Amino acid sequence: MNKITKYIYSAAGPILSIIISLIFGAVLIALIGKNPIDIYTKMFSDTIGNSYGFGQVMFKSTTLIFTGLAAAFAFKAGLFNIGAEGQLTIGAFASAWVGITFVNFPWQIIIPLSLLAAFIGGAFWAGIAGYLKARFGSHEVINTIMLNFIAMALVSYIVNNIYLVPATIHTPEISPESVLLRFDILTGMFKGSPFNLSFPIAIGACILMYLIINKSVLGYRIRTYGFNPFAAEYAKMKSGRIILWSMAVSGGLAGLGGLNFVNGYKHYFELGLSENAGYIGIAVALIARNNPFAIIPVSIFFGILEYGGLTVNTLVPKEIVTIMQGIIILLIIAVTKIFEKKFKVKTV
Amino acid sequence: MKNFLLIFITIFLFTSCGKKENNTVTDKSKIKVGLVFDVGGRGDKSFNDAAYRGLEKAKQELGIEYEYIEPGPGAEREAALRQFANRPDISIIFGIGFIFTDEITKAAIEFPDKKFACVDYTYDSAKTLPPNLVALEFREEEGSFLVGAIAGLMTKTNKVGFVGGMESPLIKKFQVSYEAGVKYVNKDCQILIGYAGVTGDAFKNPGKGKEIALGQYNDGVDIIYHASGVTGLGVFEAARETKKFAIGVDSDQNDEAPGFIITSMVKAVDVAVFEVIKEVKEGSFKGGRAETFGLKTNGVDYAYTEKNKNLIPQDVRTKVEAIRKEIIEGKITIPVK
Repeated sequence: MNKITKYIYSAAGPILSIIISLIFGAVLIALIGKNPIDIYTKMFSDTIGNSYGFGQVMFKSTTLIFTGLAAAFAFKAGLFNIGAEGQLTIGAFASAWVGITFVNFPWQIIIPLSLLAAFIGGAFWAGIAGYLKARFGSHEVINTIMLNFIAMALVSYIVNNIYLVPATIHTPEISPESVLLRFDILTGMFKGSPFNLSFPIAIGACILMYLIINKSVLGYRIRTYGFNPFAAEYAKMKSGRIILWSMAVSGGLAGLGGLNFVNGYKHYFELGLSENAGYIGIAVALIARNNPFAIIPVSIFFGILEYGGLTVNTLVPKEIVTIMQGIIILLIIAVTKIFEKKFKVKTV
Repeated sequence: MKNFLLIFITIFLFTSCGKKENNTVTDKSKIKVGLVFDVGGRGDKSFNDAAYRGLEKAKQELGIEYEYIEPGPGAEREAALRQFANRPDISIIFGIGFIFTDEITKAAIEFPDKKFACVDYTYDSAKTLPPNLVALEFREEEGSFLVGAIAGLMTKTNKVGFVGGMESPLIKKFQVSYEAGVKYVNKDCQILIGYAGVTGDAFKNPGKGKEIALGQYNDGVDIIYHASGVTGLGVFEAARETKKFAIGVDSDQNDEAPGFIITSMVKAVDVAVFEVIKEVKEGSFKGGRAETFGLKTNGVDYAYTEKNKNLIPQDVRTKVEAIRKEIIEGKITIPVK
């Protein structure tokens, strides 16, 4: 079987699932007495039909690319990182801290420093979960979930007690040099939307993940461990190290997602900024089959759903969009299995 | 395959049954209001629902139309405000909650042709408000002080409780002024304090609210005041279970657990919303200013209706009314932090 048919089969499952879920969503909308065609038309014209809406979609997608990469990277090693939410929060706060603390530094220094802080923040947080797994064998799902709670409480405590601007839920602003500019200022397009320079960084992160996984020794080890941990051990690979590294890089990618909100949008850290992007990222990775480049279109699709849910919120409850997201994820897993059985193809 | 077809046809029938939207031309003279809710959204039986009542009242009495959005945390608040601001048919946009302060100020500057109003706006007298924005502030501390006095006068165990939502300066204000009210009438009364959490989710966690309240009731508390949004529904549940008392917040919450809710600290968010819409309709809307609602203008109060009258003894009522007078006359300074 050649490569192209393989890709077509791989893409067919997700696309079919999306279509089915759109139909299902239409049924729900019809049941509450609205016309699904009207709702979908509004949803798509307000999201991809004008440049402001598209900018909003791309802003949402940028965070999802990072959290999607985070989930995918851990999946490659056979690990389930549910903690992107907490890692993103820590990364975002670390980046905000750099921006608040180091004022009057030129952007050439402060931007890389912010990137580094966001990455290390997330990597450190996921690294704890990885270390616990490697050292004591405690399951990474439990570790990352618990660390989510700790991250939220910790950051909330620090913000409330040290950095809070009174009567708000956010920190002071970061220095102007550490701002990642918006595209509407740079190009005049996407007027009014918070779509910003974090997006090219997200694309860079996709390439980085591809290079690490497919072209480096670490990636080779991670993939081997992901396929079969026992084989990896038999080949004298140090499984503890592989777990630690894959969790750390995974967390670092999630941490970078914090830049989009902090440096790109609000220019301060705000409690609750993660907006469940950490969890949606898991779905993104599943649908993209952990392929770093497939994550980009899948994130954009979820961005459309997320922002689209808001645009039709005056007409239908946003729970409908949440239900559709859930259905898509369930279907994709099922449909892929059916495809593999029925057509005897191994998808990528 | 047959099954697939069957399912598909059923779905198709369903979807085509969807009611056609009436494409009637909307009356141009009708004022259309856009309102963006706080985290928690409609159905909190408290803060957001109070705003919703204001909208409904305006619809019935002033004949306006409205639409609302329930945004999530993070970037959705600004997006929701902009969505309304971009619509030519909407003339006034409300943000419900202090959390909108930054976003609505920016939106008001960017869309000078639209009118904006923000409930619980954090007014900074050092900055000037945009001329198309009115800030609606409430003196929750005055109302909380009064319900504190009621709790202090009515406790039999000499122990009262407080359950807050998200631990934050805003809710601290409720707590501190409530404590001051209790101490003002009952110096030796013990006050137990509990918070449901440190994030916005702490306002929508009834399970946690119940847990904290049960703990306090078990420690001998007989009256709990909550300032915790949906979380408070758990406090009422605990009150009902242990046959103790609770005090509601923002709206008159008597109906949530009749007989167990002595009173509620009522914030006239509905009145504020209604009044602003009325001003818009009458053309007397004036932005660039902060409007404060306190005891003096009945902007905050404690609920005293036919439903809960028999729960508050006459002598308590008399004493509390005397305190009300003292607050209005400025004889009592209420701490806020």
